[in-house]
Amino acid sequence: MFGKDFPQLNDDLLRAIKQTVDQSFLNFTRSYGDTIEWIFSPLAFLLNASERMFTNAPWPVVIAACVLVAWLATRKLSVCLFVASTLVLIGLFDMWENTMKTLSMILVSTLIAIVAGLPIGVLMARSDRVQRAINPLLDVMQTMPSFVYLIPVVMLLGIGRVPGLIAVVIYAVPPMIRLTNLGIRTVDADILEASDAFGASHSQKLWTVQLPLAMPSIMAGVNQTVMMALAMVVIASMIGVQGLGQPVLRAINSQYFTLGIFNGLAIVGIAMAIDRITQGYGARLQKHIGAQNGSR
Amino acid sequence: MAPDNLCSIAVTSLYKIYGPDPDKSIDLLRDGVTKEEILKRTNNVVALNDVNIRIPSGSIQVIMGLSGSGKSTLVRHFNRLIDPTEGSLIVNGVDVMSLSPAELQRFRSYQTAMVFQRFALLPHRTVLDNVIYGLSLRRPHVRDAVDRGMTWLKRVGLEGYEKRYPSQLSGGMQQRVGLARALAMDAPLLLMDEAFSALDPIIRVDMQNILLKLQKDLRKTIVFITHDLDEALRLGDQIAIVKSGEIVQQGTAEQILTKPATDYVKSFVGEVNRGRYLRVEAGMVPWVGGTTRPGLTVPLGTTLEAALKTMAEHETASVCVLDERESPAGTLHLKAAIALTVR
Repeated sequence: MFGKDFPQLNDDLLRAIKQTVDQSFLNFTRSYGDTIEWIFSPLAFLLNASERMFTNAPWPVVIAACVLVAWLATRKLSVCLFVASTLVLIGLFDMWENTMKTLSMILVSTLIAIVAGLPIGVLMARSDRVQRAINPLLDVMQTMPSFVYLIPVVMLLGIGRVPGLIAVVIYAVPPMIRLTNLGIRTVDADILEASDAFGASHSQKLWTVQLPLAMPSIMAGVNQTVMMALAMVVIASMIGVQGLGQPVLRAINSQYFTLGIFNGLAIVGIAMAIDRITQGYGARLQKHIGAQNGSR
Repeated sequence: MAPDNLCSIAVTSLYKIYGPDPDKSIDLLRDGVTKEEILKRTNNVVALNDVNIRIPSGSIQVIMGLSGSGKSTLVRHFNRLIDPTEGSLIVNGVDVMSLSPAELQRFRSYQTAMVFQRFALLPHRTVLDNVIYGLSLRRPHVRDAVDRGMTWLKRVGLEGYEKRYPSQLSGGMQQRVGLARALAMDAPLLLMDEAFSALDPIIRVDMQNILLKLQKDLRKTIVFITHDLDEALRLGDQIAIVKSGEIVQQGTAEQILTKPATDYVKSFVGEVNRGRYLRVEAGMVPWVGGTTRPGLTVPLGTTLEAALKTMAEHETASVCVLDERESPAGTLHLKAAIALTVR
């Protein structure tokens, strides 16, 4: 019948393509693997330091620090209470150590996503050409199933925290970049013109007008990045990232329903706590900036 | 027109054309092709067409026109927020077109300051931080920026509001912040782009009074853009009327009111209360009474409206005008006053 079989490339050719790509990547890994590992060694150091800090700190200190952060960011008692009770519950149900490891991972990956994403977002906002070049890349990063890019990362760096961190950052950085770009592009043109008229240089405009006014949008990006990083915790545990993902993975393999649900709920609790903290901070930033529009 | 060296701003043959091939359109304009024809033939929009203007220093120059006339485009050339397609621009003795980007920033920071129609305050900064915004951009740092900011806040009547945020102030107060921010720069040229147009009528008159009062001490060169003829007549030492990218008339309020150059200007001034802006000088005849003491008197510079009111109150048909030394300069007759006021 017409149109039943698609006229595909012949099998030998397809096999040759796959083999060539695989082989050249393998060669690349063999010759440069050590170098690449060396390049990423600062990340390993950062991860270890952060994890030591979280796991070695006495639990009352950790809870107090988290509550303090919540208070400084939101000035809301309800958020502070939520953070404290979530952490206490997690501790009572014997998930403290894993939670600390996960928090450490989230902290480091978010920091890296900000450090990498913010400048890229700024560059995108500065030039339409950069935006056109980067946007499709972000689309790929967000839609490509994360298992797929775990493969080359593992081939290059093996199993462990650093490849896990890289996978998490690849998955979590796009909203940071996009929302920074969006925030800067939507800064009120009148205010930007005023800044020009008073003799601001490019960098003065960036620091005094564009970044501060884009801050609510940038904070939304940070919020999204944290949420996506948390969503990657379980997947990253497959390549050796420790934390709340590992018990979930074990629960899937052995069908331990309760173990799965406890650790799952712990992830949800942390996600909600961080979400409220970052959203609350974003709302406080917006207080003066948003109300300005009332006058137009 | 005043000689160039006394001018704060000298604009010669300024063209601004938006579109794919601006240079060709200038040639077409010089050949006498109309703007409409150019739009049809080249898809270029002529925003400013051969603008020539000399603005003397120390006075208020109003540039008046309806929306789309090009008045805001013109004022943005003075600090090069917009680059002209062609033409020469001398501001405070500086050829603005020859400045490098860094020189231009410096020029904007020290020679010009601007007030905007929609205030354009920084919403995340307090009132005081907004006032010193321009100063904070200067390098080296301005040491007494906060003191200067506080001084100007006081002068525009916003003492005690320095820690508020713009969103907590009314429109009129926000624009006072905008004015203080511009004045704190202590620049010789102040550009005001429809600065009071977004305000309610009563607040607008308030702001005009504040500006006139400040200008008495400051004697800055102020370029004031407006679409409101009343505002133009109240504020302007000199008025230029702009229509579709061309200046149709330049002159004092009296010249605009008594000798409108085109039907377009005539249609504008027809709507205005002339007695409020024309002064007794426009209608008085020389004093013929010698040294005899006049009866009813008004000083030079009195508006016709006020003179008429004085005459009506005293039920006389003429009034004597006194000069600065209190000696009689002329006589204003009721008939002449009415003829000038009612048209």
